This record gives sequence, structure tokens and C-alpha cells, in this order.
Amino acid sequence: MVCKRIIPCLDIKDGRCVKGTNFIDLKDAGDPIALAKFYSDNGADELVFLDITATEQGRDTLYDLVFEVAKVIDIPFTVGGGISNPRVVEELLKRGADKISVNSSAFKNPKLITELSGNFGAQCIVIAIDAKLINKQWIVHLVGGKQTTEKNLFDWALEAQNLGAGEVLFTSMNNDGTKNGFANDALHELNSLLQIPVIASGGAGTMTHFLDTFTKGKADAALAASVFHFNEIKISKLKRFLQEHNINIRPVYND
Amino acid sequence: MKIVVIDYGSGNVQSVQFSLQRLGYNALISSDQNEIQSADRVIFPGVGHAHTAINNLKKNNLVELIKQLNQPVLGICLGMQLMCNQTEEGNVKGLGIFDTCVKKFQDLKVPQIGWNRLSSSSAKYHNNYVYMIHSYYAEICEQTKASCTYGINYSAVLQKNNFTAFQFHPEKSSQFGAKLINEFIIQK
Repeated sequence: MVCKRIIPCLDIKDGRCVKGTNFIDLKDAGDPIALAKFYSDNGADELVFLDITATEQGRDTLYDLVFEVAKVIDIPFTVGGGISNPRVVEELLKRGADKISVNSSAFKNPKLITELSGNFGAQCIVIAIDAKLINKQWIVHLVGGKQTTEKNLFDWALEAQNLGAGEVLFTSMNNDGTKNGFANDALHELNSLLQIPVIASGGAGTMTHFLDTFTKGKADAALAASVFHFNEIKISKLKRFLQEHNINIRPVYND
Repeated sequence: MKIVVIDYGSGNVQSVQFSLQRLGYNALISSDQNEIQSADRVIFPGVGHAHTAINNLKKNNLVELIKQLNQPVLGICLGMQLMCNQTEEGNVKGLGIFDTCVKKFQDLKVPQIGWNRLSSSSAKYHNNYVYMIHSYYAEICEQTKASCTYGINYSAVLQKNNFTAFQFHPEKSSQFGAKLINEFIIQK
């Protein structure tokens, strides 16, 4: 069967990695290309680049970055952040991105999902959803969590799937940054509801958290940033731990 | 050594070209019939929808041309599926190089996204992990050289004469994928 995936996430601003990293063996921790290569060579199954640049000029920097990243890594990668039109998607895929993630723009204009899926195939359209538990309801938030909506996570995820999304990336705002574990109850419900893969995001702090999100949350993949960037969890060690707990995972050979 | 990656508007040509560059090869990306025919190695990639892809092939007059190639040809992902007899995706008739049909995964999450392990009687493939991203699969047939399991067993590698095809993306399958691409290029 298909393996569970471990996905480091890199936040990019103006072509540079933000949120510090403390790899001992990387001279320039802010260089996304060096970081991408490091992860690719050390057992990551996929990468996600989240562009937090708002300007048009930044978009050109992002295009260059995608091209340079695709040159050096031999695992798949997803690019997301402020993408709202098919032309940008085309430019990113042309430069070697494998998947595109859309968030607020798809929520505001759901037809975009169908359009992108029709043009480029469902397999490269990831719907990213940020949600927060408010009065026992998982409420979808937009613009990096700044703007609240009236919509429920599960309703929106199902709608996005039916419109043509190939994968869902769910970030729990309650768990994000806490290092207390993923939102496994919500993930379990999401995974029971959907017929497309679900990536868990937000809350990774220990190796057990990854195990729990695969067993209790039934997630297909788990995404994390700081635990990897700060070398708190080494991917090779995490993968050995998961294998010991009977999780189907791609082993790291060059460990 | 002249390597041509067929560009018919439905392929991840950039990633394939980069993977060749990492191995030290230069590839020409082209839809030109003469360029393809005169190549020593031909790579036939593909992503997206089978219906769009076959129409793009037809538009470029490449259907008959690919079937008649004598040099080593490597199909990747949708490229491989189009080399089969028939695909359920848009009910498209394929090139018929491989004697099998392409069907949609039933009662499973689709697309299948991620790394899966190959099974094969050949040590070249057996127990190695490759990156898959697809909703349709080629049924097991006589030309199946390696298989994978996703609910059912399906063809991960097909081979017949000069034609080899991978359901997975070798250009995204880490060191093992690079090794396969290299072996395809250096074969005698």
C-alpha cells in the first residue's frame, strides 16, 4: 500500500526562508534551495513551500525560486500562498512545481478549483484549509487565519473535493505552534468523510504526535515546520520510530 | 547521445529535463517529428487528463510516430497509460503498445499520492520505493515487469521490446528513480 508521508514546510518571503532554522551543517539557513536539497537528501517524502510575499515583484522571485528548487531536488514539491489565477499556476508548474496549494482564493471563488483541476488535473490541486474550533464547530478562516467565515471545515472540504480538488491540507489553528499534537479528532472525521488524501498540519512536537496522527487521525501525510527546521526531530529517526510502530513508511537509506 | 523529451503540452517536461541534467545529460524538449525520430533515446512523459493528452498527441501527429519508434522509448505516468490499449479516463483508445487496459481505482482514495513499494521477479525493481500520483492504473499483463499494490495489484513497470514504461515518476523518486533513468539512457 501507499506509504504515509512526512512533509517539511518552508515559509518563503521574497525568495528567502523565514522562521529561523538551526541546521549546524547549513552555512546559510535562510537559503530555501540549500534547505530543500537537505530535506530531499535526508528522507523527506515531499516538500511544501508557502510563499508569504504579497507583491507582484515577489511573484517573479517565487518563479525563479521554483525553477532553482526543481533543479536540485528529486522529490515532489507543492507551492502555495496567494495563488488566485490559472496563469500563475501554469507558470509554477512549467518551472517544475508538482502541486499547487490554494486557500483563500478558492474559498472566495470556488469555481477556481474546477478551473484549475480541469486545466492541470486534480492530482496537482491541493486545497489548504485553516480552521479553528469555536463553540465545538471547526470554522474555516482565511488570509492566514486573520479573517473568519461562517463555513464549517467539513462542509468546505467536501465541497472542495466535489469541485475537483485532489488533496486537502488541513491546518488546525488551535494546535498550530503549540507542539501539543495534531487535531486528530477533526482529522479522523475529515478522513472518514473524504475520498481524497488528507495532509495533517499544526501541532507537531514529538515523534509520538506523528504516530498518533497516522493511527488516530488516519491522516495520509503529516506536515511540520519548526520541529524539522530546528532539528528537534530528525526525519530519519522519526521514520525509524514510525516503522517500529508498524506505520507503512518509505525508509531512509543514506542514514 | 541524443535524448529527446516529447513535448505535447501534457507533460512535466521541466522536471524530466532537470533529472537528466543532474545525471549529466542534455535533453532536447521537442514535438518535432524529425527530432524525435532521430533521437537515440525518447522519453514520453505525461500528466493531466488522458483525453486532452491524446488530442494533443494527435494534433502533433505523434500517435503513429511513437508506435513505430525503434530506439529505446520510456513512457512516464500518463505517457505509460496512453501506451496501453484503452483507458477508462475519457474512454480514450491508446497506442496499443502494451496489451492491457487502464482502469480507475475503486473504493479507495484517489488520486493515490505518495511512495509505494515495487514487487518484481527482477532485483532491479524489487522492494524499491517510487513516487506515484494517479487515479487510473494499468491492469497486470504479460508485459508487467514490476507491480505495486493499492487495494489491488497493478502494473508499475511495463516492458515490450524497445518500449519501457513507468506508472511512477522516476524524476521524483529520489536516488532510485535517478538510477532507473540512468540505466535507461546507458542501456545497449
